[in-house]
Parts: sequence; C-alpha cells; structure tokens
Amino acid sequence: MIPSAFDYHAPASIPEAIALLSRFGESAKVISGGQSLLPLLKLRLGTAEHLVDIGRIAGLEYVREEGGSLRIGGRTRESVLERSEIVQTRFPILLDTARVIADPLVRNRATVGGNLAHGDPANDHPATMLALRATVVAQGPNGERTIPIDRFFTGLFATALAADEILTEIRIPVPPNRSGGAYMKLERKVGDYATAAAAAQVTLDGAGNFTEVGLALTNAGPVPVRASAAEDVLLGKRADDARIAEAARRAAEVASPTADRRGSVEYKREMARVLAVRALKKAVERAGGR
Amino acid sequence: MSRHDIQLSVNGATHRVQVESRLLLVHLLRENLRLTGTHIGCDTTHCGACTVLLDGDPVKSCTVLAVQAEGSQITTVEGLEQDGKLHPVQEAFWENHGLQCGYCTPGMMITGCALLARDKNPSEAQIREAISGNLCRCTGYSNIVKAIQSAAEHLRQQ
Ligand SMILES: Cc1cc2nc3c(=O)[nH]c(=O)nc-3n(C[C@H](O)[C@H](O)[C@H](O)COP(=O)(O)OP(=O)(O)OC[C@H]3O[C@@H](n4cnc5c(N)ncnc54)[C@H](O)[C@@H]3O)c2cc1C
Ligand code: FES
Ligand code: FES
Repeated sequence: MIPSAFDYHAPASIPEAIALLSRFGESAKVISGGQSLLPLLKLRLGTAEHLVDIGRIAGLEYVREEGGSLRIGGRTRESVLERSEIVQTRFPILLDTARVIADPLVRNRATVGGNLAHGDPANDHPATMLALRATVVAQGPNGERTIPIDRFFTGLFATALAADEILTEIRIPVPPNRSGGAYMKLERKVGDYATAAAAAQVTLDGAGNFTEVGLALTNAGPVPVRASAAEDVLLGKRADDARIAEAARRAAEVASPTADRRGSVEYKREMARVLAVRALKKAVERAGGR
Repeated sequence: MSRHDIQLSVNGATHRVQVESRLLLVHLLRENLRLTGTHIGCDTTHCGACTVLLDGDPVKSCTVLAVQAEGSQITTVEGLEQDGKLHPVQEAFWENHGLQCGYCTPGMMITGCALLARDKNPSEAQIREAISGNLCRCTGYSNIVKAIQSAAEHLRQQ
C-alpha cells in the first residue's frame, strides 16, 4: 500500500517547523514516529498535502527530572522511555504503560508525544497521563503554552493543539513519598488496542488514607475518561478493598465503550471495573500500603 | 509531490538515490536496491517480516518513509553475513531448524541480532518479548527461540 502523494519537509528547528505549519495550515500534518500516521496514510483513511517531519529537530528526546517534574521530550520514543532509569525506578506506571503499547519494533519509532497528539482514545498513554495529572507543553507562532491534560483531549482524534502547534514536552509532577501508580490493560494479543484498561495513581498518608487519587480509563468512550466520581469515593478514606471495589464500580459507570470484535458494551464495562480494581490495588501496594 | 536526493548506508555501502516523498523504506530496499531479503507480509505494521535495523534499532520498514531514513545506517538480512561467513544467528537458525517456510525469517533474525547486540544472555521470556512484534505464520516459535538461545551461547563463547 502506498500513500497518496504529499510534499515532505524536514525542518531542523522548532521555529522552522512552526513556520511551515503556519504556512500550510490544515493541509499539513506533523509526522513524528509515523506509527499511527503512516498506517492511516497507507490505508488512505487520511490524507495530507504536506508532512512536516519533526524527527530532524535536535533536543526533543529526553526523560529527566527538573523543577519538581518529570519532563519527557515531545519526541521521546517509547523504547527510550522504557529504558530510562528514572522511569524504571520511580514511575512504574509509565513502564507498565509503555510495555503494553504495540510491540517492541513499533516502540522503537512511536513517540510518547505522538501517542497523546493523535487523540486516539484507544491509545494507552492518555489515561496514564490523566491519572498522573500531567501537563502538555506546546509551541506555536505565539510562543509556548501549557495545557492541563484534562483540557487536552477535545474529541475523537481531536486535541487542543492548533494546526501550527507542536507538542514539545510532557510534564508530570513528581509524586510525594508514599505514592504509587499502575496501568492494567486487557488485550487480545501483543500489539492490540485495549479491550479495556485502567490507570491509577495514588498517594497515601501515614494512616493509610488516600490523600491523592488519579483514576482514568482507556478505550471507554470518544475521549480518554477520568473517573472523577471514583476518585471522590476514595479521597480522604482508608485504602481498603471495600472502598476500592466501590470506586471501581463508579469508574465503570462512566465508561461508554462501543461494541466491536473485542467484545460487547457490557463485557467491556465489566472489564473496566475489574481492571480499575487491579490498578488501584497495585497502586496502593506500590505506595507502600498493604 | 516532492522528490528528494537522499544518501544512506545500507549494509555498509553508501547509496545516493532520488526518491518520491511517499516511497516507503521497504520499497526502496526491495525495488530500488534489489535487496529482496526484506519481506513484505502484512503491509499494515503488524507482522514484522519487513524488519530492518535503522541505526541499530529493529523497525518495521513498511512504516518508515525512505526520506526519513536519510543519513542513517540500515542493516538488512543480506548484511548479516560477513566475509562469506554466516552470522551466528543465521547459523543457529539453520542448526535449530528455526524456520519452516522462511517468510518471517529475515525479520526474526534481524530482531534476534538486535537483541543479542544489547544482551548476550537474555532469558527465554526476554527473547519471547523481543520477538513479540514478529509473527511466524508457520508458528515455529519454539525453534526460533531455541535458535536465538543457541546463538546467544555461541556469542558468549566468542
Ligand atoms: C501495529 C500497531 C499497534 C499499536 N498498538 C498500540 C497500542 O496498543 N497502544 C497505543 O497506545 N498505541 C498503539 N499504537 C500506536 C502507536 O503507539 C503510535 O505510534 C503512537 O500512538 C503515535 O506516535 P507517533 O510518534 O508514531 O506519531 P505519528 O504517527 O507520527 O503521529 C500521530 C499523530 O499525532 C500528530 N503528532 C505526533 N507528534 C506530534 C507532536 N510532537 N506535535 C504535534 N502533533 C504531533 C501527528 O500529526 C499525527 O496526527 C500502535 C501502532 C501500530 C502500528
Ligand atoms: S510488512 Fe511491515 S509489518 Fe508486516
Ligand atoms: S517460518 Fe513460515 S512464517 Fe515463520
């Protein structure tokens, strides 16, 4: 399969890339790892007259801690995220997530920024970034702005990024002590999108009560879903099985999956509940709770 | 539709070619350079038959534009053999009957080589994880894993 013809541009800097995007407007698309975009163009489910490749811009691939945040460069490949020591030792939820995205070959190209910018509710990083209360940094003709993750996903395959903006960084607040997170995904096979998946990030106090909770679902509606009602059930309460079960029931109520070959609506909603329980329990365990 | 003069190294040889922007890396390798060892299976980024090393990383060449590979070093299955001697991974696939029809084999071997370049003592689980993006329609995974284990042993003894 061959995509329809397009012009290809390989800017060497962010300002040059933004200038190209401003010039071509809606007829241009950013290409990063290409692992979502190229399959779409090949199947001719999408078209672009201009591709602006941000892969030649130096300095967009990094994972480091700075100013109380974990900072992930907008063009960081999943394989680089997986191998990052700080992710391996302090952000197990990110490792859980990266490891179930596509397969190791795709992860050598696919980027974390692309995973968010694609706006696909079936992608795995969005729920994790909701649970972690991340902030997206975008650069455009008017400079840099930050977008809270809760305002980033605006619809199916739609995000708050303007056509001439580039996602340059993802910032995740470094969690306090006694925090933990986990991502649990049900997939039919390696490389499949989630039948259902849940991301949980929690902080406990000395008495074992929840002081912070982030819970979100993958592939449970047109946009990635934060389970706010479930978070509220847990906040300030003891991290015990009954509360977790109640929170997971609330989470499943906000899931509005569609039926497909992966299962019926009822099945997917039930799996969202089960995975929310597992993600919360694992998060509590990693936070040093029971 | 733009055309681009690109330069890239394939199996150690430098090539200068003019490509259409939409040309896929796998087509550049197979059609322009006549390196047909890299296969096309699914053409939808699922099977890994088209796996090549791009600057040392195994990637699916049906999902990379040729222009994106400008300036990079590509290794295809044809580049594994050195001075008429098969690569230890190739030897091991032969000895362990690591192939049946052979369709997935170039991709499997490239992925195996990349794994062993990083880690000469992978566990079975790590091998299975590494090849999880390469599908074998003959389902000969046991012998593929054995072949990679035996190549690892050989490389450790070198
Ligand atoms: C076989 C297969 C299985 C997969 N399975 C999964 C899975 O299980 N879970 C999962 O989460 N994903 C999966 N993916 C998707 C994969 O992770 C994508 O590559 C990723 O979602 C997009 O990242 P990319 O860098 O490849 O983006 P691209 O494909 O280059 O771009 C995707 C979109 O985002 C835009 N974009 C990308 N980067 C930026 C940026 N920095 N600034 C502004 N816009 C940008 C592009 O314009 C485009 O619209 C799978 C892909 C394949 C091929
Ligand atoms: S042909 Fe490239 S992954 Fe199947
Ligand atoms: S040997 Fe036939 S596809 Fe693997």
